[in-house]
Amino acid sequence: MSINIVDRRKNSKGKSSENRQRLLKRVEDQIKKALPDIVKNTNVKDLTSSKDSIKVPVKGIGEPQFHYDKDSGDKKHVHPGNKEYTEGDIIKKPQGGQGKGKGQKGSKDGDPTEDEFTVSISREEFLDYFFEDLELPDMVKKHLNSIVDFKQRRAGYSNYGNPSKLNITRSYKNSMARRMAVGMFFDKKIKEIEEKLKETKIKANERIELEKELDRLKKMKLSVSFMEEVDLQYNNFEKVAVPVTSAVMFCVMDVSGSMGEKEKDIAKRFFMLLYMFLTKQYERIEIVFIRHTTEAKEVSEEEFFNSRESGGTVVVTALELMNKIIKERYSKDWNIYAAQASDGDVWDKSDALDCAKILDLDILNSVQYMIYIEICRRNEGDLWQSYKTVANKRKNFEIGKIDEVGEIWKVFQDFFKKKTA
Amino acid sequence: MDKEYLKKLFSRSDWDEDTIIEADKIVSRIAEEYLGLDTYPNQFEIISSEQMLDAYSLIGLPISYNHWKFGKDFVMNQNNYKKGRMGLAYELVINSNPCISYNMEDNTTCLMVLVLAHAAYGHNHFFKNNYLFKQWTQADAIIDYMVFAKNFVAQCEEKYGFDEVEEVLDSCHALMNYGVDKYQKPRKISPNEERERLKKKLEDDQVFLDDIWRTLPKDKIEKARERRFPDQPEENILYFIEKNSPKLKGWQRELVRIVRKTAQYFYPQGQSKVANEGCATFTHYEIINKMHEEGYLGDDFMLEFFHHHSNVVFQPAFDSQYYSGLNPYTLGFNIFSDLKRMSLNPTEEDKKWFPDIAGKGNWAETFRYIVENFKDETFVLQYLSPKVIRDMKLFSIQDEQEASYYEVDAIHDEYGYKKIRQNLSESYNRNRYVPDIQVYDVDVYGDRTLTLEHTPVNKRTLDSGSMNKVLPHVEFLWGFPVRIVEDGKEIGTTKK
Repeated sequence: MSINIVDRRKNSKGKSSENRQRLLKRVEDQIKKALPDIVKNTNVKDLTSSKDSIKVPVKGIGEPQFHYDKDSGDKKHVHPGNKEYTEGDIIKKPQGGQGKGKGQKGSKDGDPTEDEFTVSISREEFLDYFFEDLELPDMVKKHLNSIVDFKQRRAGYSNYGNPSKLNITRSYKNSMARRMAVGMFFDKKIKEIEEKLKETKIKANERIELEKELDRLKKMKLSVSFMEEVDLQYNNFEKVAVPVTSAVMFCVMDVSGSMGEKEKDIAKRFFMLLYMFLTKQYERIEIVFIRHTTEAKEVSEEEFFNSRESGGTVVVTALELMNKIIKERYSKDWNIYAAQASDGDVWDKSDALDCAKILDLDILNSVQYMIYIEICRRNEGDLWQSYKTVANKRKNFEIGKIDEVGEIWKVFQDFFKKKTA
Repeated sequence: MDKEYLKKLFSRSDWDEDTIIEADKIVSRIAEEYLGLDTYPNQFEIISSEQMLDAYSLIGLPISYNHWKFGKDFVMNQNNYKKGRMGLAYELVINSNPCISYNMEDNTTCLMVLVLAHAAYGHNHFFKNNYLFKQWTQADAIIDYMVFAKNFVAQCEEKYGFDEVEEVLDSCHALMNYGVDKYQKPRKISPNEERERLKKKLEDDQVFLDDIWRTLPKDKIEKARERRFPDQPEENILYFIEKNSPKLKGWQRELVRIVRKTAQYFYPQGQSKVANEGCATFTHYEIINKMHEEGYLGDDFMLEFFHHHSNVVFQPAFDSQYYSGLNPYTLGFNIFSDLKRMSLNPTEEDKKWFPDIAGKGNWAETFRYIVENFKDETFVLQYLSPKVIRDMKLFSIQDEQEASYYEVDAIHDEYGYKKIRQNLSESYNRNRYVPDIQVYDVDVYGDRTLTLEHTPVNKRTLDSGSMNKVLPHVEFLWGFPVRIVEDGKEIGTTKK
């Protein structure tokens, strides 16, 4: 019997992917626990743009078995490669019970499953874990409110329609079936008459009748029309409402002298988190960067994070600019999100009050959600105070404090905790 | 086809299907005529390294039910492989009919011929003829059974939920080593015996139910109560649970059965590593040398072959940093090769130790006889020859728990041969790595507590950490508390 050679190389490779998914499910808690560390230690750019997988260390997930205590009992081991030993030689046991005999059975006695190992997860999987428990506030509501666009979608076939949507193949099929069916009816009759005519005993006048009938039937068969109204089929389309899938995110940051590198880094990471979150929810996202000292300016991302200015702080200018941009560019069909980061310094108390006013009266009416984070500030300044009153009043405005990079994730989570129904 | 053509074909390092077909024609002829091997038909599969990793995680089965454990094995293997800590085998072979072997695509022609002889004929012959495999596995049915298992598990997941199924499987896996029959279950009893038993049972019931009996001597009742359930300790814990657990539902029982069947299927492999690998290595060595002798293989091929072969049988000494125990390939191959040697060129020593083999010239027959009738423990005990002990410089050390030193117990000399044989043979006994734990009793008249009994071997005790992790799994499957005793003393329990 000759050998059966099967080349499996073309087969799909992911035979273990299902089992891998189950493992991931099993270690889900560990992965989630590791997230803050990953956020903390990973460069923002890598986290958001790298295509590489992300490595998560996982502590042994036990598969317990009954096994021996490896130090117990009397054992005999056979080893190869004796050099100098003779029978009766005595070898001191190493301290700590680590027998030399561990080579042979040691691996079996120990629990090899408790080893730590790493699971690599793709960026998509990472983001899924990242945002699993979070949900953008009121997003569902907004979706319902903001149905703005309609798309044409195929919806089977219909018997009515305009000629441009005629489905030729289906119509032709129908016509063919109809012609065959009707044709067969005539064929049958014609055959019957022909059979009768073949019989010899038919009287002459009967024969004439039959021949007339035959002629009539043949003509009728020819008159079956090629295409009739009932054959026609049209492609059918439906109008479907689609939610707006574009969002704009405003990043507002104080870049005055008091904001150091550390503060900016925290702000940046927070913005990136928000950005990543939005990427998961919307097909298209625009980001507007506004930075301000005493004056506000719309800048590029590069400039936003990297250049540094000195000077005082007038926060309200930034909000005014943001309000203006919203009115000019994003007043229709946009889901608007805003995040503001600051060390909480304001020019004077009236600035803080102005900010609260413009938020309450104007901006918060058009944005979906706005977050304010205050970085590295111990006491509650004027801005915090006045924002707090707004936050208490408005559902779509939240404020939070961050002192360390490690706290970002926690604060972020608090903002977006899935509301338990 | 003429030899010169084939010689050229085999000396090229790249191969195609024709190369393998031509090689197989020669290998199968030599296997049958020269070694007398009897094999299942072969299915020779070419796979990539990623697919080899897939195959590893299912322990070589082409299909199995889904479980995170296999995913974990896959991820660990993949990590090791990617970091260069682990090389992949050239082949992996399954005890099935047809005999499926997976062979790496980047093997050279020489390696392909080697693995063809090694796996598709050596292991294949072992699977088909060894008594353990014959008794405990069904090569014809395993693939179909695993397909059934996969579908069944998937259906249960759909019907009863992922977590519910996983819970049962996790618990079964913790007892996988105890899902194995080592001895044939007693045959079904005849109708006559059944009647006898029923009569006895009814009488016993009378003892408990009939009030008149209550006035009769107490000791008869006591005696009945003293009878344990099961009558005899049961070594196959999963089997016992499947048949007797009061709480498991039908589908859960079936899951227990699936794990038990899988464990049973792999049971012979753990018992016959040395004999099996020895058989395969000896086979490839003999076949390829024969091919060379017959003029099918050139010297360049043989040079590469010896390189690979010596890698396979590489045995680092005990004090080497690469040492990780005796290499079963080396030990098995050495024993078989030495038997061949003494069969053809015996020494005085051989005649004394192996009178039935030395000088009798029946090495191929002896080889087949051993493959059919032995597992590692018995194979080493009977056939480890003084010459192999000397060549490998085997020595035995005694490690007593109380002593602060090891004692060299035997070395490769006149006095040591028998002891080394004995000690090495014992080290292949299953109870050296799987503690002897059996179902001892169920408190039938009380709270249904299940009692397991550990019988210590060589004063070895159970690791209590892992024991306390396994017991809740047993309790989950049994449905009632579980305790474990050793020499009549309780060493663990799930009772609060």
